[in-house]
Amino acid sequence: MSWVFDHFGQIMSLAGQHAYLAGVPLLIGLVLALPLGWLARRYPRLYPPLIVGTGLFYTIPSLALFILIPLVIGTRILDPVNVVVAMTIYTMALLVRTVADGLGSVPDVVNQAATAMGYKRISRFFTVELPLAVPVISAGLRVAAVSNVSIVSVASLVGVSQLGYFLTDGYQRGFATELVVGIVSCIVLALVFDGLIVLASRLVTPWQRVGR
Amino acid sequence: MINSVFQWLTDPAQWSGPDGIPTRTLQHLGYCAVTLLIAAMIAIPLGLVVGHTGRGRSLVTVANALRAVPSLGLLFAISLWLGPKIQGSLAFVIPSVIVLVLLAIPPILSGTYAGIEAVDPAARDAAKGMGMRGPEVLRVVELPCALPLLMSGLRSAALQVIATATIASSVSLGGLGRYLIDGLASNQYEVMAGGAICVAALALLIDLAMAGLQRAVVSPGLTGKYRQSSRLASDSDSATDGDGAASERRIPAEGMISAKLS
Repeated sequence: MSWVFDHFGQIMSLAGQHAYLAGVPLLIGLVLALPLGWLARRYPRLYPPLIVGTGLFYTIPSLALFILIPLVIGTRILDPVNVVVAMTIYTMALLVRTVADGLGSVPDVVNQAATAMGYKRISRFFTVELPLAVPVISAGLRVAAVSNVSIVSVASLVGVSQLGYFLTDGYQRGFATELVVGIVSCIVLALVFDGLIVLASRLVTPWQRVGR
Repeated sequence: MINSVFQWLTDPAQWSGPDGIPTRTLQHLGYCAVTLLIAAMIAIPLGLVVGHTGRGRSLVTVANALRAVPSLGLLFAISLWLGPKIQGSLAFVIPSVIVLVLLAIPPILSGTYAGIEAVDPAARDAAKGMGMRGPEVLRVVELPCALPLLMSGLRSAALQVIATATIASSVSLGGLGRYLIDGLASNQYEVMAGGAICVAALALLIDLAMAGLQRAVVSPGLTGKYRQSSRLASDSDSATDGDGAASERRIPAEGMISAKLS
């Protein structure tokens, strides 16, 4: 336990790094997945190629993707940007389907009513369809968040520092305490992400709590 | 950089011997096949029983919650703990296999369970009405109807295992991950990138093969193909409609099953 107190500063700073590497891609991935998911929903012909295409990226093992990204975008192998790009790809791959299915969960009558009230396509998307799709999208986002936190720790093998450092260092030194601290902090961070997403989705869908 | 990677990949030296790509690929496939088999033998019966009886749902919840544990941490913790207790060359293999099995169980378990759960209650009732008993309902009706979700659980478990077996090379497991880990250690980019390309290609091929298997084993009545081929046989219309409803319920579960962890 005293090891935890002695290294509290380091734990917090690595946790901050970890949150950045897992969280920023979550936001970018969501922003990229929205138009793609909308396309897949709007043009049913595009649904299979978009879902299968993004799914292909999802099959690539994380360690392999971390190593291959410098080859594609020309960064150095130890650059944290590689991790951000890789995580963004994974998040987007997971969320395109979620967004498409979320938009699909909006009842047709609601869309027709909105159109009849004079909503144009873009304002209808942002003020009617998207808010109603939030419960499904946030469920997907929670899955992506937990998975991102786990995958980011793998990046310590390619020398990008975050909570995974405690895992590799603890293993190499045969020091169980450090290893356990690393695992527990990863779980706690995943829970924090999960809680934040649940909270945010509750805040933007106040109608879900009315009349219960 | 691309040239040196290409050179490494096409060098004949890489394609033979105990460190060659074919040997490493077979090793990798061997670990994955063994772990998937063990995990499936544990998780499928468990998922069938939980889904059929509705008892022990908490088991699925617990298995899913365990996925918050980082796979790298699990790998290191179990190798550190078990490694010294096992003698000989198996000291590196057994802890890794245990971790891979542990990681493969949740997707298969929740896929099987969700598949049974999503079976149209009308189909289940009809089977009972026809005089089938519990085990028979499970075998003849519930299991075939659950196959799409069961197979996607198996598919995502396979990807999980391929990815984590790569990482497991950092605890001295063989397989294609060796190129990535050894290349990193010796700072040879062409070795790690070449290995990474092999791993990615293997993962894509396996996923493709599993998708083909899924297509082959899932009844055409569940995928909607039946609807087109049976336009002339009008008496099957009501059956396909029921399946349509089941396939809509499938969507939220699938996201949870296919979560990637490494």
